[in-house]
Amino acid sequence: MTARVEAAGLVRTFGARRAVDGLSFTLAPGDCLALFGPNGAGKSTALRMLAGLLSPSAGQARIEGVSLPRPEARARVGLISHRGMLYEALTARENVRFSAALHGLRDVEGAVQRALEQLRVADRADVPVRSLSRGLQQRVSIARAIVHGPDVLLADEPYTGLDEQGGAALTALLRERRAAGAALIVVTHHLHEGLALATHAAVMRAGRFARYERAEGLERDRYAAEYRELVA
Amino acid sequence: MNAAPGLLASAWTIARKDLAIEFRTRSAFLSALVLSLLAIVIFYFAWDPTAIRATDLAPGVLWVTFTFSGLLGLHRSFGVEQHDGAMDALLVAPVPRESIFLGKALANLAFVLGVQAVALPAVALFYNLPLDGRAFALLAGVMVLAALGLVSIGTMFAGMTANTRLAELLLPVLALPFFVPIVMPAAKLTAAVLAGRPFGEAVAWLRILLAFDLVFAYVCMLVFPFTLDD
Repeated sequence: MTARVEAAGLVRTFGARRAVDGLSFTLAPGDCLALFGPNGAGKSTALRMLAGLLSPSAGQARIEGVSLPRPEARARVGLISHRGMLYEALTARENVRFSAALHGLRDVEGAVQRALEQLRVADRADVPVRSLSRGLQQRVSIARAIVHGPDVLLADEPYTGLDEQGGAALTALLRERRAAGAALIVVTHHLHEGLALATHAAVMRAGRFARYERAEGLERDRYAAEYRELVA
Repeated sequence: MNAAPGLLASAWTIARKDLAIEFRTRSAFLSALVLSLLAIVIFYFAWDPTAIRATDLAPGVLWVTFTFSGLLGLHRSFGVEQHDGAMDALLVAPVPRESIFLGKALANLAFVLGVQAVALPAVALFYNLPLDGRAFALLAGVMVLAALGLVSIGTMFAGMTANTRLAELLLPVLALPFFVPIVMPAAKLTAAVLAGRPFGEAVAWLRILLAFDLVFAYVCMLVFPFTLDD
């Protein structure tokens, strides 16, 4: 079976600095990689390469066997970031609709409504984004990222700004996407949150995997203690 | 898998989104309009009608006004993408990068034409220009053609400079030299129309304008995707 995500020797340099230094891994349908690491470890850079936003200095990233940044590969990716990636003058519905239209969905309005309902923000759908709280904006941003039902969901600090209800909606959504066969990569500083979702866990340090293992059976408190020691 | 929209469909989606934002905020359009009217008024009060005829001065006034007011909208077109990282979402979407250029250029064209539609009658009024229906139609044609070239160049440089800290400064510095081959024939054609000379006399300028339009539009669309590379 073709891997959902395949990173082969990914390297990214900025001048003399190697932000990502030889990442290799594959994710099958239903896999979820929780990516931990201190600030500046290269997590976001790795994610941006896997979204097709940054070209690797060396190595290759593929989605469903298609090399990035080809449009066929990008079509299968949903990107959630701590930045909203929204237009504040447009309403929540217009933002999500714009994303749906760019993905060529047949039933745009239906998909938009479902995504907004899933993130429990449908009742504020026709309010300009600028009038929404930070947490609600993040929910709209997630709805924008999942409206096309991506096979690969890349989430960079997706819980930023979410309240308890929003966090629960996001966790439910990520579990549902996984169950539907999507592969997820979740970058987070919250170990327990990440491990609760993950099938694989990795710690990045100085652009490399300092640890990479299957998450099932990991004892969370012990992992947290080892993580703190590793990144200290 | 969903079928990603083609070049024109995605360009239209992007243009509609940009126009919706501009209609809602009106910030760039109003700024450009105020700048245009201010420039027209200032030129008017600095003008000595006994020294220079209105039909000789007006082409310069028009094209200085259009050039600088257009820059305001061009800068704004990528500013909305930078504000909350929306450009990332646009780049992840499975649309050809050329469609981003085309969509932005379409919205910018509407913006520049909107400003011109207000500024031309204002200049005609202030300078009491002898504009009959034929002259008005000819001028409108010249303005549309020139706007195509200005918008092509401006959109490409706006995209290129959007990520830089000095975008507002860099855009005019980079774009203005490339505006010259567009503005020069446009001003010459405007002067010919306003002076009531036979349009045939100015056909050479029309050819130059058309040639630069085609070259700039084609080259900018080809080059634009590379300006988005990190």
